[in-house]
Amino acid sequence: METKLSRDYAGAKIGMWLFLLSEVSFFFGPLALYTIFRYRHPAEFRSASTELNLTLGTLNTVILLTSSLFAALSVSAIKKGKEKASALLIALTAVLGAVFLFIKYIEWSAEIGRGFYPGSLALFERGKGEVLYFGLYYFLTGMHGAHVFIGVVLLSITAVLISRRTVNTNDYIKLENSALYWHLVDIIWIYLFPLFYLIS
Amino acid sequence: MEYHGSYLKGGPCLALFGKELKYRGVLSWVLSTDHKRIGVLYLIAVVSLFAAGAAIGFFMRLELITRGPTIMTAQTYNSAFTFHGVIMLFLFLIPATPSVFGNFFLPIMIGANDVAFPRLNLLSWWVYMAGAAIAVIALVAGPADTGWTFYAPYSLRTGAKVSLAVFAVFVLGLSSILTGINFVTTVHRLRAPGMAWFRLPLFVWAVYATAWVQILATPVIGVNMLLVISERLFGIGVFDPAKGGDPLLFQHLFWIYSHPAVYIMILPAMGVITEIIPVFSRRVIFGYKAIVYSSLGIAGVGSMVWGHHMFVSGFSYEAGVAFSFFTFLVAIPSAIKVYNWVGSMYKGSILTEPPFLFAMAFIFLFSIGGLTGLILGALSLNVHLHDTYFVVGHFHYVKFGGGGFGFFAALHYWFPKMFGKLYNKKLANYALLILFIGFNALYFPMFVLGLQGMPRRYYDYLPQYSLMQIISTVGSWVLITGLVLMFGNLIYALFRGKDAGPSPWRGATLEWQTPSPPDAENFEAQPKVERGPYHYDGI
Ligand SMILES: [Cu+2]
Repeated sequence: METKLSRDYAGAKIGMWLFLLSEVSFFFGPLALYTIFRYRHPAEFRSASTELNLTLGTLNTVILLTSSLFAALSVSAIKKGKEKASALLIALTAVLGAVFLFIKYIEWSAEIGRGFYPGSLALFERGKGEVLYFGLYYFLTGMHGAHVFIGVVLLSITAVLISRRTVNTNDYIKLENSALYWHLVDIIWIYLFPLFYLIS
Repeated sequence: MEYHGSYLKGGPCLALFGKELKYRGVLSWVLSTDHKRIGVLYLIAVVSLFAAGAAIGFFMRLELITRGPTIMTAQTYNSAFTFHGVIMLFLFLIPATPSVFGNFFLPIMIGANDVAFPRLNLLSWWVYMAGAAIAVIALVAGPADTGWTFYAPYSLRTGAKVSLAVFAVFVLGLSSILTGINFVTTVHRLRAPGMAWFRLPLFVWAVYATAWVQILATPVIGVNMLLVISERLFGIGVFDPAKGGDPLLFQHLFWIYSHPAVYIMILPAMGVITEIIPVFSRRVIFGYKAIVYSSLGIAGVGSMVWGHHMFVSGFSYEAGVAFSFFTFLVAIPSAIKVYNWVGSMYKGSILTEPPFLFAMAFIFLFSIGGLTGLILGALSLNVHLHDTYFVVGHFHYVKFGGGGFGFFAALHYWFPKMFGKLYNKKLANYALLILFIGFNALYFPMFVLGLQGMPRRYYDYLPQYSLMQIISTVGSWVLITGLVLMFGNLIYALFRGKDAGPSPWRGATLEWQTPSPPDAENFEAQPKVERGPYHYDGI
C-alpha cells in the first residue's frame, strides 16, 4: 500500500513545495527584523558591512550558484537516462556545498578573531546599529549554514541512492525534491548576500 | 502484504529500504504507518498530557483559594502557570483535534486508504513525542517562569531555564508543520472518485484550512524561539534594549503565529460540531458553502489581527485602529458558523444523544468566549481590561470551552467508530452536566474579577477579590469531577462497552460505511461518492 502511495509523483511534488513554503515563512521573521533595524540605523549598517570579507562572500555566491546549476543538470541527466552522470553531478553539488561551509567557517573565524561577535567589546564600542547588524549576520548566515549542512547530507544520500539504482531514470522524484530544496537554499543566499555584503 | 480485519489487530508497519517488516506488540503501534494507529497514539499522548496540564491547573486554583501563600511558593506558582500554558496549548490543544481525529478520520472521510505520506506521518508523531519529552525534562530540570508567552526581555534575563522549554516549542512546531503538509497533500491527491471539493465533509474543510495555517504560521514562532535561544546563549541583541534591540518585535513575531494558532485550536473543533449537528438533527447542513468560506475566511483574516494582544504596548494609535478593525471583522465568519449550526437544527428531528449535547455546550461556551473577545478587541475597553482576569476568562471560554469541548464532542461522536464500543450514554450526559456547571463556576467569576481590576498571573490578591476566587476554585473541583467521570466512562467502555455496530448515529459520511473499528485497509473496495455528506434519506 505504502509503496504504491509514495509513487504518487504529483503528491510528492506538492508536499515538497508546501515544505519550501514553510521554509520561506521561517526566514520571514529574521528578515523582517533586518529590515526594521536597517531602517533605524542605516549608517551603522553600512559601516559594519565594510568589515565583511567581500571576496570570500562573492566566491561563496559563485560556488552556490554553480552547485545549483549542477543540481539542475543532474535532474535533466536522470530524465535522459544518464544515471551515472546524474549521480556524479549531484555528488559534485554536495561537494560544492561542503566547500561553501568551509569558506563560511574561515570567514566566521576571521571575524570572530578580529573581535566582531555578539557581546564583544569591539562591537559595543562601535554602537548599537553594528551590534544588531552582526547579531543578525551570525543568526541568518548560521541558519542558512544549517540549511546548507542538511542539504549536503540530503544530496549525498541521494547520490548513494542513484548509484544503488533505488533512484533511477523511471523514479527520480527523490532527486528532484532534493534539488528543489537545494535551489531554495541557494535562493536564500541570493537574498542574504546583497543584504549583508553589498550595502556599503 | 495484505491485512484483513480490524486495524486494532494488524496494520502496515514502518518499512525501510524497500523491505516490509511486521512488528508485534507495542512496536506494531509506535512503528505503524497506519493513520488510524497514529491517530490513537496521538490520542493517548494528548489525553495524558491534558491530565498533567489539568492537574497543574487544579493546584494553581487551590493555591488561590486563600490570600498569601497556601500550598506553594510564588516562584513555583510562576512555573505552574508557565507549564499549564505550554502543556495545554502546545501539547494538548494544537495537536488535539487535527492530529487525533484529523489523522484517524480525514483519510476515511475522503475515501482514501491512508494519508499522502504515511511515514512522514509517523515521523511527525515521533517528533511530537520528542517535543513532549523535552518539555517534561524542562519541567523537571528547573522550570521556566516566564508564562507560555516567553516575553522578552524577561525571558532573556531570568535565571530559570527558559531555553529548554523554548526549544520544546520549536520541536513541537516542526511536528505541526509536517502534519499540515501531509493533510493538504492528502486532500488534494487522495479524494475518492466522485468526492468533489464541495462534497467534502465540512470537518475535512476545517482541517484543510487549519493545515494551511500550520504550514504558513508555525515557522514564524519556530524562528522566534530560536532567536530567544540565541539571545540567551550568545546575546545577539535583537530583542535586548541594552544592545539596541527591541522587545516589542518579539511580541509581534510571537503573536503573528500565536493568534492564528488559536484557529489551529478552534477551527477543527468547529468542523467537528459541523459534523455532529446535521447527523443528530437529521437534516442537511444549512449553508454548506458559507461554512467552507467562513473556514477559509477565519484562516485568512485571522492572520491580520495579532496586534490586538499589544494594544497597550505602545505602538501607534493607527496600528491599534487597524488591528481592532480586523478583530471585529474576524468575528463575522465565526458568527456565520454559529448561525448555520442553529439554522441546521431548525425543523429538524433532533436526537439529544451525548455528542449533540456536547456540541450544544460548545456553542454556548464558545459564544461567550467570542463575544467577550469583541469586548477585548475594542481599543478603549482593552486599556482597562488588558492583562486582567477578564482575558483569562475569555481565552478559557474560547480555548477550553471551544477547542476543549469540541475535542470532547469529537471523542463522544467518534469513539464507537474508533474502538467499536458504545459508552454509557446516561453517564456521559451526567458527566457533561457536571463539566458544564464546573466550567462556568470556574471561569465566569474571572470576568467579574477582571472588570474589578484583578490582574492575571498574580500570586496574591486584595481582600475584595476573595469571594470570586473561592467560587472559582470550588468550580475547579466540580470540573475535575466531571472530567474524571467522563474519561472514566470512556475507559470503562473500552473494555466493557456494548458493541457499537457500524453506524450507531446513522451518519452519512464515509466513515460510517466502514465496520467499527475500521479495517486496516479502511475500505474493501474503492468507494465511489454519489451524494453529499449530509443527505440522510434512506440512512
Ligand atoms: Cu488573538
